[in-house]
Amino acid sequence: MINPVLRSSQIRPHGLGRRLLRSRLLGALTYPHGVDRYVELIHPLLLARDVRAEVTAVRHQTSRSVTLALRPNENWRGFRAGQFVGVSVKVDGVRLTRPYSPAGSEQAADGALELTVSTHPDGRVSRHLRDHARPGMVVDLTQAQGEFILPSPRPQRVLLISGGSGITPVMAMLRTLCQEGFAGEIGFLNYARSPTLALYDAELATLALRHEGLRVVRGFTRVRRSELAGRFDREHLAAVTSDHAAAATFVCGPPALIDSVRTVWAKDGLPEPAVETFTAPALRFDTDGAEGRVSFTASGRQAANSGLPLLEQAEDAGLAPEHGCRMGICNTCSTRKRTGTVRNVISGGLSSAGEEQIRICVSVPVGDVALDL
Amino acid sequence: MPSAPPVLSPEQLHALGEELDAIRARVVADLGERDVDYINRLIRVQRGLEVAGRGLLFAGFLPPAWIGGTAALSLSKILDNMEIGHNVMHGQYDWTGDERLNGKTFEWDTACPGEQWRHSHNYMHHTHTNIVGKDRDIGYGILRMSEDEPWRPYYLGNPLYAALLATFFQYGVAMHDVEAEQIAAGESALDDEKRDKLQAIWRKVRGQTLKDYVLFPLLSGPSLPFVLAGNATANLTRNLWAFTIIFCGHFPDGTEQFTEEETENETRGEWYYRQMLGSANLTGGKLFHILAGNLSYQIEHHLFPDLPAHRYGEISEEVREIRERYGIPYNTGPLHKQFGSVVRKIVKLALPPLPALPGLRGSEPGLNKPAAQARPPKRAATKAGSRTLPAPRTGARKLTAAKTGPRKRAAVA
Repeated sequence: MINPVLRSSQIRPHGLGRRLLRSRLLGALTYPHGVDRYVELIHPLLLARDVRAEVTAVRHQTSRSVTLALRPNENWRGFRAGQFVGVSVKVDGVRLTRPYSPAGSEQAADGALELTVSTHPDGRVSRHLRDHARPGMVVDLTQAQGEFILPSPRPQRVLLISGGSGITPVMAMLRTLCQEGFAGEIGFLNYARSPTLALYDAELATLALRHEGLRVVRGFTRVRRSELAGRFDREHLAAVTSDHAAAATFVCGPPALIDSVRTVWAKDGLPEPAVETFTAPALRFDTDGAEGRVSFTASGRQAANSGLPLLEQAEDAGLAPEHGCRMGICNTCSTRKRTGTVRNVISGGLSSAGEEQIRICVSVPVGDVALDL
Repeated sequence: MPSAPPVLSPEQLHALGEELDAIRARVVADLGERDVDYINRLIRVQRGLEVAGRGLLFAGFLPPAWIGGTAALSLSKILDNMEIGHNVMHGQYDWTGDERLNGKTFEWDTACPGEQWRHSHNYMHHTHTNIVGKDRDIGYGILRMSEDEPWRPYYLGNPLYAALLATFFQYGVAMHDVEAEQIAAGESALDDEKRDKLQAIWRKVRGQTLKDYVLFPLLSGPSLPFVLAGNATANLTRNLWAFTIIFCGHFPDGTEQFTEEETENETRGEWYYRQMLGSANLTGGKLFHILAGNLSYQIEHHLFPDLPAHRYGEISEEVREIRERYGIPYNTGPLHKQFGSVVRKIVKLALPPLPALPGLRGSEPGLNKPAAQARPPKRAATKAGSRTLPAPRTGARKLTAAKTGPRKRAAVA
């Protein structure tokens, strides 16, 4: 709901207005709901603390993606190239949060953000955004998160490898380096299934022409005649870098791509490259061998351990814990574990048996577990 | 006069539970944008009324502005507490994943801290509904609302205490979880947990008082006395309204109360059955239901406390049909009738029980029902003397007894 009279550029609270919004007096006058719960009714971006953004432009690079330009409100603290942000939208009344990496330069003018969202067949948020995002739409954001970032000072050589929708964080790194006038060598190995599904194709070609140190090579994994044949392979490295061992390497894409890069690096005795994947690994749960009971202490409910992640077990027990990504990224489902041991389904690691916060969407009980739910 | 409820066999109770579970499952599957739009629209109306009310009270020296401002602020507090706060804190909108509608963190514009309400109301009251000695909504620890509560001379003040509770209802609700009267009576100790609760209440009351009785009056300058009076009136109006609606939920004629023994090892069907017997509805228009927080559909609310309350009206016909099929009376009526019977009960229970007179029991219609024959002799003997109200609790309703005792099938279609 956008008030047509107020343009967001006019209502963003600056200086004095912002201090007033955050003042203790207004807090006391709006107790217990808080200032934001009143001023957001005047304009959805007018908030003392929460981060929200308005969609200012929408374009479709491919049939399976949507690229959004966003203008966040004053509470947005900016991001570093490679980080991700939790984006929340309402789909059929349910607020869903998914992590997306901004693809623009970290020094973009006016703090503008660019998100390229690739759709999954079952992706409720991605399909909703592709089909319904319009200029004027308002989304909730988290502050930027994640350790997948360009180091400062910048390294001499940078190697970027991306597959499919994983191009977004490395695109942010590339654009940031180009905007900074980075003088070193940048190699960019970019995989897509086919030219029609390739993102940022034209821009990559333009950047490669303009920046001497930049070499971009594209591979199409489902097209026979492309610059690179098939999936990532050690031979491909030579096309973009003179010495991959000396390059600060950033890989983002599906787990298979990350695994093959890691294998090459391990064989060469190199330290692990920085990696990021937003595709939940295909997880198998041992639902037959599950033992013990799960107690939800706050609600007094109990259930036999089904071997599934605790978030699903809680939902099966009729609870509705807060959650976001369901893949161990956003921390929305973080819950106090009172007792018991859990296994992290992504790392495979076991927790301690004591009291601690755990992400219940990726934690499977090992024996009896008590959760504060 | 309401008749005694039927005795249902374990199979019938099971079937009843399944029918009600099916209604619930159907509504849950249908939850969506409509429900979120509804509650968000209501929140906008409430915040709008609050801002308008407080704004008008700044001009409170003009009588129309004072009346309009006080009315708007009263409505705002009623909506905030009833249809928004009470219902959101039940977790009715948790499925939306919106932290602004999260039952675990929502706070409301009243003295009671949300955290304590969630325990005393959502857990204690809704789990142990109308179980004397467990459900503290029966009299809030200060009133005698059940003939099972032994009479003491203290209860002569029942009507007076009720009037005071209604007037200061928000503080009565705030002290609910601390069980202050038990501390005062020396029955429970003022331990660390209670101290923490008292501190939380103090913080909440301080915030509420600062806003309504210090900051807004001071900010209004010359309108100070008018703002003070307007805010106090709005709080009072909300208190009286909330008290009236809430006391109509479980105390009108025909609602049943239970003992702890009766409800041991309850099945889900038995729980549903108890919720139906212990709750009463109110009839009225759409606006009335909204202002009542849809607690005018108390029966539906107690069956499905975590379904969005604006759905209760939609399923009420179906619930009524199910009740009729099982022979369970559907207790409903207009506010004046239901509240009238609550007031009568408050006054009646102020007085000691009448001694058992020969012939009196026979005149109670409920006891002539065949259902009464299932009353275990022990109970009949101990309770006969103290029973002064019709529609007595009979052993036949004793849910556990229904499993083992003589079975009387209800007229089931």
